[in-house]
Amino acid sequence: MIAETGLAALWLAASLALLQLVLAFIGLKGSKPDLLAAVRPAAVAQGVLTAIAFALLITLFMRSDMSVLLVATNSHSAKPWLYKFAGTWGNHEGSMLLWVTVMGVAGAAVALFERALRRDTHMATLGGQAAISLGFYAFLLFSSNPFARIDPAPADGQGLNPLLQDPGLAFHPPTLYLGYVGLSVAFSFAIGALLTRQVDASFARAMRPWVLGAWVLLTLGITAGSYWAYYELGWGGWWFWDPVENASLMPWLAATALLHSVTVLATRDALRAWTVMLAVVAFSMSMVGTFLVRSGILTSVHAFAVDPTRGSFILGLLALYIGGALALFGWRIGAVREGAPFELVSRETMLVINNLLLTVILGLVLIGTLYPLMTEAFGHKVSVGAPYFDRIAGPIALALMIAMAAGPLVRWRRDQARVVGKRLLIPFGIALLLSSLVSALVWGRIGILPFLGLVIAGSVAVASLAPLWKRNLRRTPLFTYGMVIAHLGCAVSLGGMASDSAFTVEKLVAARPGDMIETAGWQLRFLQIQPLAGDNWTALQADMEVRRNGATVTIHPQSRFFASPPTSTSEAALLTRWDGQLYVVLGEEVEGGRWQLRIWWKPFVTLIWLGGIMIALGGALALLGRERRGWLMKWRARAAA
Amino acid sequence: MRKLLIWLPLALFLGFIALFSSGLFQPDDRIIHSRLVGQPLPAFTLPAAASDRPPLASSQLASGQPRLLNIFASWCVPCAAEAPQLDALKAAGVQIDAIAIRDARPDVDAFLKRNGNPYARIGLDARSEVQIALGSSGVPETFVIDGKGRIAYQHVGEIRADDVPMILDRLRAAQ
Repeated sequence: MIAETGLAALWLAASLALLQLVLAFIGLKGSKPDLLAAVRPAAVAQGVLTAIAFALLITLFMRSDMSVLLVATNSHSAKPWLYKFAGTWGNHEGSMLLWVTVMGVAGAAVALFERALRRDTHMATLGGQAAISLGFYAFLLFSSNPFARIDPAPADGQGLNPLLQDPGLAFHPPTLYLGYVGLSVAFSFAIGALLTRQVDASFARAMRPWVLGAWVLLTLGITAGSYWAYYELGWGGWWFWDPVENASLMPWLAATALLHSVTVLATRDALRAWTVMLAVVAFSMSMVGTFLVRSGILTSVHAFAVDPTRGSFILGLLALYIGGALALFGWRIGAVREGAPFELVSRETMLVINNLLLTVILGLVLIGTLYPLMTEAFGHKVSVGAPYFDRIAGPIALALMIAMAAGPLVRWRRDQARVVGKRLLIPFGIALLLSSLVSALVWGRIGILPFLGLVIAGSVAVASLAPLWKRNLRRTPLFTYGMVIAHLGCAVSLGGMASDSAFTVEKLVAARPGDMIETAGWQLRFLQIQPLAGDNWTALQADMEVRRNGATVTIHPQSRFFASPPTSTSEAALLTRWDGQLYVVLGEEVEGGRWQLRIWWKPFVTLIWLGGIMIALGGALALLGRERRGWLMKWRARAAA
Repeated sequence: MRKLLIWLPLALFLGFIALFSSGLFQPDDRIIHSRLVGQPLPAFTLPAAASDRPPLASSQLASGQPRLLNIFASWCVPCAAEAPQLDALKAAGVQIDAIAIRDARPDVDAFLKRNGNPYARIGLDARSEVQIALGSSGVPETFVIDGKGRIAYQHVGEIRADDVPMILDRLRAAQ
């Protein structure tokens, strides 16, 4: 019954989306404007129904209802409850249901909470959101029904990819999806504004919080995903330029650019066409990413569902929505007046530079990701690996960091180069000092990119605090703090990346129990290997005593074997200290009772994710600050009346 | 100019769609084709990896007769599983040379003692340099080398019992 109710809720939600689209269309174009009154309730009901459908699928997974095909193929009754729960979205159909749920709930939120937008643009936006949702409902219902039954029901399920049996999975994909799909709101806003020809500052002010919210979640999702890959895959790396990672990075790059250009539009009424274009591109990148991942045309460690029918379906949706939006853009944007002009030396120019650099990185990542596909079309097989991305995106990202540090120190509209130079003096002085210090210490021992990374991270960290210089800290608006923290977070993260690639010490040994291993100031005593049993796995666990001029700690790297499906994974042992992480992986047994051990000491690697969290926190503070200012103004207006 | 710029994104996107659809409807090809097939072997000279076998240089592989070049390592489990097939190939009169990857002489000796020694010459590639030059990404791998020292075929992974006739065919074709 639960599965059937879920399916019914989904069909009902789809019909409501259709209704919402038709009502908005007739209301705006036709002779019956009072129909528009029903658009918002339809959006809210649609959001509620998708949430119900998703909750019901979770229930089926929690109950291990093996008569449902999706549960039987992806779950197992012996699995711990958290992974049954997370298993709901650890598969193709479930994650697509999560996708439409996020889309439906985001649409409902726009219907309920958006007050600043002009009414006709608001309605057109909701119509746009319904139109996108419809395609994904169709995809779900016609080619990926999560509620399909299986008869006869199997005695038990086929488990879940053991790599995904990790607490990280419970939080990382939903956060990422909230951000990913949350960008659909920006897309719909752009469609709405193009339809009603309202591309102006007030439109940008209305769109900004939605972009910020989605961007914060996307940032958190990517940070969590990177940490998950770092400790679960056991390779010691934190970013692999895998197509799926790129699929989440590309919308993030576009959204970051959008976030800054929407501020220019909101504050100065400039960059109109560009902002609309970015809003379209950001969610388009989410959809392209989904297509790349789900269609199986690119090989990836994440490869989810290799199914050409589904691939063609999503390709059709892509062509329809992105093609439609770009055509609408081409058709309507000519009618949008050029925005306000600005001087060469101004905050606007800095933000344009930021946008251009972000867009170039986005383009390079997109080309790198698609390059294998392009050459294959001409009969050559190549793969594009991390060296390409590191070498190509690295220097531009460093340039971007410098622009980011300088941008907030330049005034809106017009500034004097001489004054700006003065303001930049302190950060650049520090950069000079730092680089001479760093070069004295490590010159010749580390690569040029990590070296520049360290220097730039240090100076950008100082420069990002500069906007608070000589300001009354108690009267500084919250969103300024948000910006400062987010920019500081970028510097912190960059520092972690540079330190990791410059100073990581790796050691690969074959050791017997009883052996003592020394590396990077650490002493590891390999005590013993012992078997261990978990909920649905068995493991070989190494017990090791670790010390670094102080107290001894025990760590336990494991090699785990899962019964269903039969797979083994390595559980790295991580020991976090203020100045870095010790990362130990237990490998296979080699001859003579020796075991392969891979040991890394990664100085300040944790800064990478700390920085990510700071970036997201900064975004959240900026969002809160803007909203609070809105509330305060409303409250004052009411008090005055 | 502005007009052109406005429609540029759509044009680019249509290009992507064309690319995607061509990729989507191309049949999956999961066999690895080496780009080195038909190319002469990269030049190398390696020290001996085993106590009772001579070292190996690339020039020795251009012997006029097709032969096999096996990439293995004493620490590699599938390499031990492959040993009976290599013995069978040797019994069929095939000349087999080998390169031991990231290995040490005592370990190679012990491995050959345990699993048999079908090799004429064994070179030691302690830092995988020749392996990389050969475009080999793991162990075991086996190359069919024609009489002129050119790579005729690359077999990725261990040679299974049912691969043996195919390898013999490849050797005959490389004649």
